[in-house]
Amino acid sequence: MVTITINDIDHAVEADEGMPLLWVIRDILGLTGTKYGCGIGMCGACTVLIDGQPTRSCVTPIESVGGLAVTTIEAIEDDPVGRRVVEAWVASQVPQCGYCQSGQVLAATALLKQSPQPSEEDITATMTNLCRCGTYNAIAAAVRQAAQG
Amino acid sequence: MNAIERHMVNLEQSSDRSPVNLSRRGFLGASLGALVLGVALPGRVARAQEAAEIEPGMRVSAFIEIRADGGVRLQSPFIEGGQGIYTALAQIVGEELDVDPASFIVECAPPGPDYQLGGFRFTGGSRSVRSSYETMRRLGAAARQMLLQAAAARLDLPVADLSTEPGRVIHPASGHALSYGELAAEAADLPVPENVALRAETDFRWIGQPAARLDVRDKSMGKAVYTIDVKVDGMLHAAVQHAPRLGGEPGTLANEAEVKAMHGVHSIHRLPGAVAVVADLWWRARQAVEALQVSWTEPAPDTQNAMPADFSTEALRAKLASAPGPGLQAESHGDPAAALEGAARVVEATYDAPLLVHGQLEPPSTIARWNEDGTLDLWLPNQAPDVFQQVAANVAGIEQQNVRIHSPMLGGFFGRHFLYDNANPFPQAILLARAVGRPVKLIWSREEEFLRDAMRPLVVARFRAGLDAEGLPTAIDIEAVGDGPGFEPPDTPRASVVEGLAEKPYAIPNRRAAHVKVPYPVTLGYWRSVGHSMNAFFYEGFLDELADAGGHDPYELRLRLLADQPRHRTLLEAVGELSGGWKRGPFTAEDGSRRARGVAMASPFESEVATIAEVSIEHGEVVVHDVWVAIDPGSIVNPAIVEAQVTSSVAMGLSSALLEEVVYNDGMPQARNFDLYPFLARYQMPRVHVRIVESGAPMGGIGEPGVPGVPPAVVNAVAALTGQRVRSLPLSKVQFEGTL
Ligand code: FES
Ligand code: FES
Repeated sequence: MVTITINDIDHAVEADEGMPLLWVIRDILGLTGTKYGCGIGMCGACTVLIDGQPTRSCVTPIESVGGLAVTTIEAIEDDPVGRRVVEAWVASQVPQCGYCQSGQVLAATALLKQSPQPSEEDITATMTNLCRCGTYNAIAAAVRQAAQG
Repeated sequence: MNAIERHMVNLEQSSDRSPVNLSRRGFLGASLGALVLGVALPGRVARAQEAAEIEPGMRVSAFIEIRADGGVRLQSPFIEGGQGIYTALAQIVGEELDVDPASFIVECAPPGPDYQLGGFRFTGGSRSVRSSYETMRRLGAAARQMLLQAAAARLDLPVADLSTEPGRVIHPASGHALSYGELAAEAADLPVPENVALRAETDFRWIGQPAARLDVRDKSMGKAVYTIDVKVDGMLHAAVQHAPRLGGEPGTLANEAEVKAMHGVHSIHRLPGAVAVVADLWWRARQAVEALQVSWTEPAPDTQNAMPADFSTEALRAKLASAPGPGLQAESHGDPAAALEGAARVVEATYDAPLLVHGQLEPPSTIARWNEDGTLDLWLPNQAPDVFQQVAANVAGIEQQNVRIHSPMLGGFFGRHFLYDNANPFPQAILLARAVGRPVKLIWSREEEFLRDAMRPLVVARFRAGLDAEGLPTAIDIEAVGDGPGFEPPDTPRASVVEGLAEKPYAIPNRRAAHVKVPYPVTLGYWRSVGHSMNAFFYEGFLDELADAGGHDPYELRLRLLADQPRHRTLLEAVGELSGGWKRGPFTAEDGSRRARGVAMASPFESEVATIAEVSIEHGEVVVHDVWVAIDPGSIVNPAIVEAQVTSSVAMGLSSALLEEVVYNDGMPQARNFDLYPFLARYQMPRVHVRIVESGAPMGGIGEPGVPGVPPAVVNAVAALTGQRVRSLPLSKVQFEGTL
């Protein structure tokens, strides 16, 4: 048994050592907003926030997150910055297929919480999640808009 | 007609359909009191009657449902995977029905004859909007007319005295209004009116407007549900390990007992060409299946599609380059042989483009559930539900109508989710669910997806052209060597191989395009913009070579060769203007970098596209700063979606030009994930500028046409900048001179 804190709720989960946080979130806790894309930390579809840091949950073993606060996309509206990011995403009509967007929104939220007025370099350095649909320019526009928000 | 359409069209194609009131016929698969409209299929009465006899709840046989609460549900014949089709359909139907598109709920329709507009049904070929535009308008208009008639009866007034405003019928003289929801039940009892007048285009409120997409908020909050997210009561999870080379079968499993004892493992299964583990969690299934030590048999000598142990893409490229012509003729004008003979100068070049994976971000999966009554439910990504239903029925050994197909939104597709040999997980899921007697959710890991995806073909193109004394091309001879997806007979060139090489608009009097068919052991698939995705690179790259050889500017040469093609000429001028006036360079940009521009044209999916790209070289690599695209799809429904799709296509076209390549050695793909097969990242994304030109020509496609022009525009710009002509993609194979 491992106890983890997801979106402010403690869960005692029966997970094997080494099991990635992604699969605990999706298949044990049933929160499917966090996506599986590559499983090797390349794409960012599985991004969650751990103590506010954007983290690729597919390569995060469950035992490493004990005592830390994990935030998934399901809790995005509990956070004022998260809400602003979602509104900016809607205003810029960012998503296409949408599959990468949970991760993109969380990465943007983490960025704006750390630097409310990010420079272009900040955006480039931190918004590294991949999007096969090529929504990158809309993502940058939405981040800028949320920063002004 | 493009390659995909040729592939899918069957002989029962019929063009003209009239709306028919399905609720009257007892077709009602929806809530009571709903007005339900479908489309009558001429010559299909027998099947429609058959359909009516299917037990209720098996199918929802309608497009539009106006519920008593006023909500409008639309059953889409096309699947949403990011291209915006659900929103566009809501705009088209809403325009005629007089309902704000924002109040639509759009879902993917189940299989069945009702949704086979034109006699077949698939999402692809950039044809969803253009193939259904008229039908959807007429559906909306007929439904509105029925609501007007129901209101007229209720109010005892002539229809002519009534009108509508969004969501309700009004009587302007008295100010009286009745909501559509109130009238739905009565409207459902009326016959479907024929020949209802459509709204004049000048009166459009939603068609032509950048309506907000219906799915964007859910997708921004992680709420959109894809197949991979679907949960079914009591389901187990499955993972597979495929034969490393297609054609191999599982022999002994050395450590079967150990793996069976792993935590959470339910059972181990041998499947055609694969082994599977079923477990309580997918992670455990995957750990277990990858721990299995399988000895794979060598395929028997004549096994179809078997992957040989010595197959390599490098050897394939060499083989194709030297395969003898002349091939199967796809186009012939004048006498190219004689013209080449008499040319002042002959230019020759050989181009090639690599195998590509689709790389849609959602890995393929299927949930299969056998029901007590012997029917089967499948949730699976698909671009053609009827075809999947038919094949699933064969695999399951049951009647087609006993397979229910559920089609959740797609996490990207780009051609990935057609039916391909050995490339779809659902047959495995069906077998596993039957074997364990419980519902099974099977996910292919990204690594298994790289092993079994149906790839964009590797093709070599050989060009010979003759120039006259003025340096203008008088003849062009093209042989495309290799293979592509499709079902043409052996003596016919594949549309997917020659599209975009044959029938170019340029005034070159003598020309031949042919397909030298050389099959090879790779499962081939449709990849966003199909043959155009590489053929524009081949042709438009070579055309720049001709311009250089003849001493002409490539933009000016194109204008000259398009002198008699006003639509293309206008578009080329439009993209020139959009980019601030054509300049090839090299020139020095404001930041001090040396840059150049390249231009290319393409005619994919009945749309016309002109593209300009601006590049520099940094640290030996190509950097693309700006891409300008002028696109003429004839007419459009939603300019914001068009712009988003063109931008998305630029990203994918650029990704293919810069980075993407599947390499096989010893019968194995070298990349099994995005670490060794990178695709375009955010820092590589250029600014994209889109101009939509509505020429009024018949409506063309939007989802794919932005792709093909990008690789040649970039490669032509690189040649202008560096003097290096790249004839083999991707550009990452080439180290360029140049500094920051
Ligand atoms: S799924 Fe975790 S980075 Fe791709
Ligand atoms: S929106 Fe499709 S992968 Fe990003």
